Amino acid sequence: MSLKIVVLAKQVPDTRNVGPDAMTPEGTVNRSALPAIFNPEDLNALEQALRLKDQFPGTTVTVLTMGPGRAAEVIREAMYRGADGGYLLTDRAFAGADTLATSYALATAIKHVCPDVDLIIGGRQAIDGDTAQVGPQVAEKLGLNQITYVEEIQTLSNSPLKGVNSGKEASPLRGGLEGSSLSITVKRHIDGGVETVESPLPCVLTVNGSAAPCRPRNVKRVMKYKRCLAPMELPQGTGFGDLPYAAEYEKKPYLKLGQLSCADVNADLQQCGLAGSPTKVKNVENIVFKAKESKVLTGSDDDVNGLIKELLASHTIG
Amino acid sequence: MSTSNNSNPLPQKGAGGSVFVYCEIEGTQVQEVSQELLTKGRKLANTLGVQLEAVAAGSGITGKVESQILPYGVDKLHIFDAEGLAPYTSKPHTAVLVNLFKQEQPQICLMGADVVGRDLGPRVSSALHSGLTADCTALEIGPHEDKKNGKTYENLLYQIRPAFGGNIVATIVNPENRPQMATVRSGVMKAEVLDPNYPGQVIIEDVAKFVPEAEYVTKVLDRHVEAAKNNLKGASIIVAGGYGMGSKEGFDQLYELAKVLHAEVGASRAAVDAGFADHDLQIGQTGVTVRPKVYIACGISGAIQHVAGMKESGIIISINSDENAPINTIADYVINGTVEEVVPKLIKYYKQNSK
Repeated sequence: MSLKIVVLAKQVPDTRNVGPDAMTPEGTVNRSALPAIFNPEDLNALEQALRLKDQFPGTTVTVLTMGPGRAAEVIREAMYRGADGGYLLTDRAFAGADTLATSYALATAIKHVCPDVDLIIGGRQAIDGDTAQVGPQVAEKLGLNQITYVEEIQTLSNSPLKGVNSGKEASPLRGGLEGSSLSITVKRHIDGGVETVESPLPCVLTVNGSAAPCRPRNVKRVMKYKRCLAPMELPQGTGFGDLPYAAEYEKKPYLKLGQLSCADVNADLQQCGLAGSPTKVKNVENIVFKAKESKVLTGSDDDVNGLIKELLASHTIG
Repeated sequence: MSTSNNSNPLPQKGAGGSVFVYCEIEGTQVQEVSQELLTKGRKLANTLGVQLEAVAAGSGITGKVESQILPYGVDKLHIFDAEGLAPYTSKPHTAVLVNLFKQEQPQICLMGADVVGRDLGPRVSSALHSGLTADCTALEIGPHEDKKNGKTYENLLYQIRPAFGGNIVATIVNPENRPQMATVRSGVMKAEVLDPNYPGQVIIEDVAKFVPEAEYVTKVLDRHVEAAKNNLKGASIIVAGGYGMGSKEGFDQLYELAKVLHAEVGASRAAVDAGFADHDLQIGQTGVTVRPKVYIACGISGAIQHVAGMKESGIIISINSDENAPINTIADYVINGTVEEVVPKLIKYYKQNSK
């Protein structure tokens, strides 16, 4: 048994290091002013995929990311850690997308590059938006089931699901495989507890940050893949043939990362980017806290003692 | 004070649909967050002059949930009662909402920003191609001018949320698509019964008409839910620690202070991310919203997301070695000092003075 797994990963501005120039006057994110990192929970997702690859030889793990040229960095990073390859979904037409337009683009790309996908795994949410919406929306767009807040994949089995699988609708994916009885069992976090659920494949999983951390880079893989590039990353007007190591790109086609435009995946422009986004940012305000008149104290014994006495006297505490 | 249906006449068709709230149910218990949203939904419906409708989906809930929902001013309650609807799974509940909304054309739909709402909301919004804003901290009704298209809109739902690392607060609108969907965390809104005998209509829906058999794909093998381990929401005093606690050991000294003060311990996201505290202690936009009598912020700088979850505290005491920590501006008492120095002194002098 081998699986085709797509991992959804996003390069995000590191919102833990936000400076004053992080936002443009129009209220959009000034991405160039911020360090870009691999969205943390997407690394947890990658680890779950790689564990399945360890367990079921022949399994392929393909990373799909949407963003500008430099977002190809997350594909390389994933390959250093064990992914087989990836695609950069990049087009001006995708700019300004809200979660729905993003999900449309990702779902359209998956249909195009991996129509027989078994499992789509992403992080629960990205730290720049914290919405947790893209996973379920991709699932809905592909007509697939979803399991969110995943902590751990427990088993993958061939046994047919009793009762729940009957009359299962054919998914737009896996045209001929709707009779497939592969199912996955996962442990997920719910409010105040845990749940173990089983779903037929294909399906979409979103993984929590509390799941197993991603394995580190493998040195041999770093050496092998460090020159991987997406066409978008080359200086404008140049090709792989113009690079200092041009011959290598001829010999090793895996060094050329997949790149997809809106047209490549036959995406409907009306559903992409700003045009395809039902939500609009009306305005953005920098928050100025309404300053209270505060009483400023030091950490001295007298000050702390005085504060406690004051709060006790007013029955605020005690 | 009772508001009867007559004071909220049914809107004309096309004048704008109802405000809908998806009620989350554990067993036969309607969750607090849903009652908070019903209260908010009632206010929004009043502003818009439309009805408030609620959706309850579960198993064996008929006759048990009505009294937990209607008193919040619900004009119409749609009950979906079938075996496969509990425990919650994504696809059947999505089918309930999507097919009901196609029929009823609501203008607004609210749900809790917890595991269920954040699983369900995006799926429903994708199916209906409607906009959804997660984790809103305020909801208002107002006009919107789209300068590019020269179009103006009246009575849109302003979905207000901190965004982007907490440096900004964004107001999101969905000008063209309906319903306008938003999720809100537990504790952000306040639940208030409008009238214990509010005369709402109950409709028992035929589940099979809404949910095809093929939607029941996820099988729940095992489920274990515990009552919340902490009582942050109901605590009158909270001692909260941030990244400034320095380490897990540093953070743990807050438990001693909390014990002495009969307080609950909370944490900022930075402290949770750093592994100092469990996620269920997180206070803020993506955690719990609290309104204690006293809030003692220890080593918390005060990102907007955190402040969004505690700014309505009665008295705020900030202990921080950084005099310019943003949280100090909303604090009633600012103690300029390190937590290592000040926390033990608070314990010592409380013990000394409270006897």
